[in-house]
Amino acid sequence: MTSMVERWFGSWARKRKSQWEEYGLMGRAFCRDWLALISLLIILIFILGAIFAPHLTPYPEQGRGEPNIAEKLSPPSREHPLGTDRMGRDGLARILFGGRTSLSIGFLVVAFGIAIGMPLGALAGYFGGWVDMVIMRITDVFLSFPALLLAIAIAAALGPSFTNAMIAMAIVWWPWYTRIVRAQTLSLKERAFIEAARGIGVGNLTIITRHVLPNVTTPVLVQATIDVGAAILTGATMSFLGLGVQPPTPDWGKMVDVGRAYMLIAPWDATFPGLSIFLVALSMNLLGDGIRDVLDPHTRRLG
Amino acid sequence: MSAVLLSVEDLYVRFRTYAGLVHAVNGISFEIQKGEVFGLVGETGCGKSVTSLALLRLIPPPGEIEAKRINLGGDDLLSLDEAQMQRVRGKRIAMVFQDPTAGLNPVFSINDQITIIIRHHEGLRKGKAEDLAKETLAAVGLPSPAEIMKMYPHELSGGMQQRVMIAMALSSGAELLIADEPTTALDVTIQAQILTMLIKLRETHGLSILLITHNLGVVAQTCDRVGILYAGSLIEVGNTIDVFQHMKHPYTRAMLAAVPQAESRGQRLVDIPGSVPSGLNPLPGCAYHPRCPHVMDICQVEKPSLQVVGEGHTVACFLHIPSGDREAYN
Amino acid sequence: MKEPLVEVKGLTKHFEIRKGLFGRRSTVVQALDRVNLSIECGKTVGVVGESGCGKTTLGRCIMCLIPSTAGEIWVAGENVLALSAKELRDRRQHMQMVFQNPYSSLNPRLSVHNLVAEPLITHAKVRGEELTERVLELLQKVGMHEEHLYRYPHEFSGGQLQRIAVARALALNPKLLVLDEPTSALDVSVQASILNLLQELQEEANLTYLFISHDLSIVEYLSDHIAVMYLGRIVEIGSAEDIFTNPQHPYTEALLSSTPNVDPLKRKQPIVLEGNLPSPAAPPPGCYFHTRCPKAFDLCHQVEPQMIDLGSGHQAACHLLDEDKIAG
Repeated sequence: MTSMVERWFGSWARKRKSQWEEYGLMGRAFCRDWLALISLLIILIFILGAIFAPHLTPYPEQGRGEPNIAEKLSPPSREHPLGTDRMGRDGLARILFGGRTSLSIGFLVVAFGIAIGMPLGALAGYFGGWVDMVIMRITDVFLSFPALLLAIAIAAALGPSFTNAMIAMAIVWWPWYTRIVRAQTLSLKERAFIEAARGIGVGNLTIITRHVLPNVTTPVLVQATIDVGAAILTGATMSFLGLGVQPPTPDWGKMVDVGRAYMLIAPWDATFPGLSIFLVALSMNLLGDGIRDVLDPHTRRLG
Repeated sequence: MSAVLLSVEDLYVRFRTYAGLVHAVNGISFEIQKGEVFGLVGETGCGKSVTSLALLRLIPPPGEIEAKRINLGGDDLLSLDEAQMQRVRGKRIAMVFQDPTAGLNPVFSINDQITIIIRHHEGLRKGKAEDLAKETLAAVGLPSPAEIMKMYPHELSGGMQQRVMIAMALSSGAELLIADEPTTALDVTIQAQILTMLIKLRETHGLSILLITHNLGVVAQTCDRVGILYAGSLIEVGNTIDVFQHMKHPYTRAMLAAVPQAESRGQRLVDIPGSVPSGLNPLPGCAYHPRCPHVMDICQVEKPSLQVVGEGHTVACFLHIPSGDREAYN
Repeated sequence: MKEPLVEVKGLTKHFEIRKGLFGRRSTVVQALDRVNLSIECGKTVGVVGESGCGKTTLGRCIMCLIPSTAGEIWVAGENVLALSAKELRDRRQHMQMVFQNPYSSLNPRLSVHNLVAEPLITHAKVRGEELTERVLELLQKVGMHEEHLYRYPHEFSGGQLQRIAVARALALNPKLLVLDEPTSALDVSVQASILNLLQELQEEANLTYLFISHDLSIVEYLSDHIAVMYLGRIVEIGSAEDIFTNPQHPYTEALLSSTPNVDPLKRKQPIVLEGNLPSPAAPPPGCYFHTRCPKAFDLCHQVEPQMIDLGSGHQAACHLLDEDKIAG
């Protein structure tokens, strides 16, 4: 009896141990990549800043949008480390609260894009034939519109709001992932292990989830990290046109657009939000590289 | 009595990698006579391709080549600078690879590719170069050379591409042809054609050939002499017939016993336990000792050098070194 | 068991290659042309030939990995080409395949455990502890160990990967194993260990093998019967003994003489075939081999030779064997 328990526990522990060894390897491989580490740090700082915004600034109401005209356009000082904007609102508070909007748009839009686009691309690439044709023709239709115009049109039709802006952008974004995943799937289909799975009698959908999707994540990841920055910017344009987030809710892109007018007299107004977008986009890119190297069991073991 | 064409002494090739120093080739020495087909045979990772690249000094950093001597027909190749070495490559020593598409540029016609080489090395005018090219294509057994000249590589079959590669090697008047697995990617009947042609070239053009392969059958049928490489060391060298008949080294014996043949139907093949060492942190002593059925204490400590066991036949194994002489190693 | 386990009748496979504007004009490549083959239970049939001969296509058609154009494939008393998709999926348990390149036939993202477990999960509905035990059993059967269980393919050598592939193929106790050049990518000594393993497994479980290879020496060593293919047709078939000692078809003779023998004392001038393989999209009329055959004569250009029975299962398709035709 004891030996059975031992055996059971032993093998469970062994399996967990191997898995944890693998995670450990992943962690160590990641930590060797200092660029990726720094990027992760930067992103985490922004994300945590956005989450805990009300507690990190003495001016939460200003962050949310309440004006403080008395101190409008003040340069950076001890009370206002990042200065104030044209309504006198604290710059740091605006950045923190703005992060909530901008980061959500960036990540959520890309997440939806992948969630819709990846399965469609895999289905199109794997099955070919009319499934491929139908999916790709729909994809082509979406791709043939200039992304921004399409997003604007959809958002305008749905009515100006944060959610509608996100829906509009997600609709515009998924076709790119379909294309990428389809191309990867087509080349993957030729690999013997897909044929081997069919020979075993594994069902098509299971082949797609078990064999195709895990092997197509790399280019998707690369595209996704670039897209986060692009999505933040597109969100900004939408807000600028009045279609997304409505003022006074802060949004980095909107802050840059509005602050442009004051570049000569109050450069901090546009610079800090702009810097935030830049840092997030760049860090996402570098982080993506790092994650990609870690996810591949082969490269994670290389020096 | 043929003269010695290529003489290599104590060749080492090492690579500095993140994981450490990889010893790809560990002090090998051999000679190739004029007009001889010398086979360099071994399994994956034994260092045979690296050796051929080292002869041509084509090993990029982080690889390092170190040798006591590499002589080609009396000239010391080690003392040549890069510019002089470039004149040797392709002209005096030519190389043919396993994948002919690697050596043939897909966007140039065969005519362009051969004549460029001829004109570079021989300095002939276009017309004369084309004539020489056609001659060489005929010498390698290609029918209608004039037609072939106009074609592009992808229009030719694998076998024909390989013949073109060999023609390109011949056209510059090379003394030594290094053929690295030239027929591994080809069908067996095409392989027979190419190998027969190579042997014939030895007679018509006085070509010496260094044939690198992992296929023992090919070696047995085409090579005059053979060197067996294991983990970067030459462990047996000699006449093909002597080596294959007498098989002095345990590894040679094991390799030959592992080859499936119709005659050995129903019997188990001999397989060698363990695997080829990686070249990283090589063990002391003989590289083969962890897998050798006749391993002795001294094998684990000292590395045997090549000893003469017959006419022109040398073996690196303590089994063939009289015990008295083994003391010299201590 | 006197009924053959596998019987292939008149198997034909065409590939269409679309060319021309709008894919209108298409070229048809004949990969297999009315192939007949039978494999007895517990035996090994070797299929040998060079590139373009159709041997790999034959394997894939029998495994139903690609659809066949015409013909019948009887496995254990059923015509697998006539089964419904659901029935076929169920029958797949009885025939498994080992592929040529172990580096690409195993999903690099799955652990060894999951790779070997896949057939069991798919068909036998085994889970958890029992699953791991069976996987371990299979791995041990092919000479691998417990510590390999949760590692990934890239950590292993070609020989080890091929063992894992064999373990996976044996998971469901198949009756037929199709081996498509399983040792071509491996070194000689590793190849020997895999061939030994295959022989042991065959003896233990009375497995039936279809062994596809371009290397005649391996096929002669391992097979009970050999089929020689050229451009989609079987040109000669017989016991390994017959093929080796008494080849009747000129192509078989050429193949035999071209295969380099490891004994340097047995050096001979190989029969060197003229020319190249004809394109499978435009095969020559009559006997496919006549363009390169050293013994071809008039009839060979015009009429396709039929398989001539030479006794005890030895057959060859060559006009030279038909006395009447030569005389007349």
